[in-house]
Amino acid sequence: MTTALPEAQIERPAARTGAPAPAPRLPDMTRPVLVMLAIVLCVLVLLPIGWLVAYAFVGADGKPTLANFVRLASDPAFSRPLLTSLRIAISVALLACAVSLPLAWLVARSDMPMRRTVRALVTASFVTPPFLGAIAWEILAAPNSGVLNQWARALLGLKPFDQVLNIYTAEGVTFVITLYAMPYAFVLVTNALERIPAELEQASAILGGSAWRTLRRVTIPLVAPALLAGGLVAFLQAMTLFGSPAILALPAGFHVHTTKIWSLFQYPPAPHLAAAAALPLLALTVGLLVLQRRLLGRRGYTVIGDKSGAARTVSLGRWRWAALAYATVMVTLPVLLPYGALLKTALVPTVADALSLETLTFKHVRFVFLEFSQTRHALWNTVLLGLLTATLGTLLALVVAYITGRKLVAGHQVLGFLATAPVAIPGIVLGVGLFLAYTRPPVVLYGTLWILLLAFLTIELPAGYQQMRAAFSGLHPELEEASRILGATRLGTLRRITAPLLRTSVVAAWCFIFIGTIRELSAAIMLSTANTKIISVVIYDLNESGDLGAISVLGLTLLLVTFTVVILVNRLTGLGRKVLAAS
Amino acid sequence: MRPILSMSTGLPAALVALAAAAALALPAAAQAPAPSKATPELIAAAKAEGKVSFYTSIEIKLAERLGKAFEAKYPGIKVQVERSGAERNFQRIMQEYGSNIRNADVIESSDAAHVLVWKRNGWLAPFVPEDVAKWPADQRDPDGTFAANRATLSVGGYNTKQLKPEEAPKSFADMVDAKWQGKIVKAHPGYSGTIMTATFQIAETLGWGYLEKLGKQKVMQVQSATDPPKKLASGERQVMADGVEYLMITMKKDGAPVEIIYPSEGTPLVAGMGAVLKAAPNPNAARLFAIFLFSQEGQQIACTEGGLRSFHPGVVEPGDRVPFAKIKTMKADPVAQEKAIEATKAKYTQYFGT
Repeated sequence: MTTALPEAQIERPAARTGAPAPAPRLPDMTRPVLVMLAIVLCVLVLLPIGWLVAYAFVGADGKPTLANFVRLASDPAFSRPLLTSLRIAISVALLACAVSLPLAWLVARSDMPMRRTVRALVTASFVTPPFLGAIAWEILAAPNSGVLNQWARALLGLKPFDQVLNIYTAEGVTFVITLYAMPYAFVLVTNALERIPAELEQASAILGGSAWRTLRRVTIPLVAPALLAGGLVAFLQAMTLFGSPAILALPAGFHVHTTKIWSLFQYPPAPHLAAAAALPLLALTVGLLVLQRRLLGRRGYTVIGDKSGAARTVSLGRWRWAALAYATVMVTLPVLLPYGALLKTALVPTVADALSLETLTFKHVRFVFLEFSQTRHALWNTVLLGLLTATLGTLLALVVAYITGRKLVAGHQVLGFLATAPVAIPGIVLGVGLFLAYTRPPVVLYGTLWILLLAFLTIELPAGYQQMRAAFSGLHPELEEASRILGATRLGTLRRITAPLLRTSVVAAWCFIFIGTIRELSAAIMLSTANTKIISVVIYDLNESGDLGAISVLGLTLLLVTFTVVILVNRLTGLGRKVLAAS
Repeated sequence: MRPILSMSTGLPAALVALAAAAALALPAAAQAPAPSKATPELIAAAKAEGKVSFYTSIEIKLAERLGKAFEAKYPGIKVQVERSGAERNFQRIMQEYGSNIRNADVIESSDAAHVLVWKRNGWLAPFVPEDVAKWPADQRDPDGTFAANRATLSVGGYNTKQLKPEEAPKSFADMVDAKWQGKIVKAHPGYSGTIMTATFQIAETLGWGYLEKLGKQKVMQVQSATDPPKKLASGERQVMADGVEYLMITMKKDGAPVEIIYPSEGTPLVAGMGAVLKAAPNPNAARLFAIFLFSQEGQQIACTEGGLRSFHPGVVEPGDRVPFAKIKTMKADPVAQEKAIEATKAKYTQYFGT
């Protein structure tokens, strides 16, 4: 594909003066590409969901029935975990909003010291796989051996077995999920706060509004949609997460919805019941997304005008240090403490030992890199899948967002819905759907990396799509129209005009998807086999037998690899810290 | 050092019953093939394949140690260890075979019911490693498709920093005393074959009433039977209701503050069964590895370094261990156990919440 224009003119359409030289036109590939795309999305999304629905309404004997749903509703062994999940998810959503709103405001709008560091560290908590965070918090806050409990007992003069913190409780699960769901709300709200033009708040101040009144009447209403979206993401995360509850809820003796579904695949497996258990979750999520659209749609939240200069910062005066203390806590809990705990555990013989020169050992490092036969190929699989998913996923998200953003074809809403729908499917359920879809002819993908690639693409598509969709809505179509008028095809325009303008968002989406893939456990655990192991699954397997030292070494390695790739990608694309901060 | 588990020391009746039951459950078939040695031809063919995958539920460090010992003996053949709880390995194999994926070469499971299922499905290769000929007849399949590559005891335990010997529970009955509430750790039958077997034997011997009481003790529930000893050593819990004996033995040797309890009512006995798969992608390496796994060398490593009990008559056990024959064990019945899988899990979930 090529455009009809010399490159320099396309790159800087504004600088163009003369009329374009007539050039031969190649056929417009837009339509075939669109058709292909629709097929790809259908295969990615509809096929596994189709299998789920088909399975949910069929009994183990292969006959159509509603018995699966009857059993789900009537058996407390199923309804109780669902209620537990709902309770946890609502708490997580509220907590995530409550803690991230002030933090976002401090980072975006105040003169708190070390704002940039705080922001980078919150980003680090986003990079941290939640299951790794959960294991680290086991090390920190297990009721008796937890490091924090030991400190607390020493500090408060308590007796052995007096428990201050207990991570193996519903509250513990809520806390740990919140830590790693919070960054979503934080990023959304921070970005929203930065987009508010200073004039609006100045106007309020000029009209006599106090700082508090301005915050309440102008700023907060303007960020409300972002906050709502953040809360929703946190809710969905908590509802669909598998790793953290699997690690923490089992010792506590209760199930959540996802771990219950997982248990249905133990021998003898009950895939029909599992499929049925997944559908209410799908309905709930779709309902919530529709509700969100309704709520926001009714109130016009469009900020008129351009972003004018830096957003207004508020001077905190003496409160600066209180603010910094708050921010410190908010990065200590998800990042500094857990990373510290992992590092310590990686270097001592057993998790209970204190770190000192005498106890310092590299036996776990040696085990992981020299003795453990899984490390090398699992690391390789993980990185390969991360790179592939990020690249293909970004491409897919870019094109879909372009079509829906510019309303290019009739039915573009359907494409948009398909690209968003996977957000409602718990990874473990998608894993099941893919398992059902690709373990039979004509396409047998189970046992290959392809099935994991499909799973990750599907799971990460919504994040990439939302990112690109937001970017498109911030981009005026005039530039594209100019290119089209000058004879370029749609795809040519997308490639030569739109994509470069969206570079920051493209790189951010890439990083988003890469990180998301590295963090993924719930679909992978269903789909990976001996030859297609990835690190998250290896860590989960090691956790099963409590090998915390090896987990710590592998987990830190995984973090190191992730940070390296993300930083490299940002360097190579010449964006430096900008994207890191934005993602 | 003294030999263990030789017929002269008297095998626990439970073991005899276990294998006899396993044998009875299977349709009468052809005789087992003649025992196989590691011939130069087999070694050459195995080296040409270059790798072997070993699905096991043996604790990961010991499993990798066995793999490394094999690699040292036969350079050029890589061992890929797939370690997971026996119940999860079982689930994995069922999924893989259901999708025509043949990854596994050699498989071993701490839930003896599993080999019965696999054999019935026709997945196991009739293959008798040289040393298995020396095995007690009741510890190997008469058709030669599997044999017990290890015996594991699911024992109790306590943390010696936190409890004096006289304070520690002596029996299962002691563990349901109110004073242990919130102080017990145990593993889960949905993940661990050892615990599935132990749970079945305990329910048969003591009745579900005991497990119902234990379920009210606010136990810390972990997955693998190899995890409770680690939680005990870290001081997270004072008492272990179940967990593998072999790890307790090695951890104790390494100085961890743990001590074993052999409950007075009897200790659940779990025979881990090893087999070569008929559709092994590396059939020669698989057979060579099986020969090594059951050899005196392999069994001695598992015993001395791993703390496992062996059926090999030539294996000598370090003298500081309680002789197997002196331990009162519970009755094993893999056939009944297989039939009760669903009921066992359902009851367990009812009493323990997960």
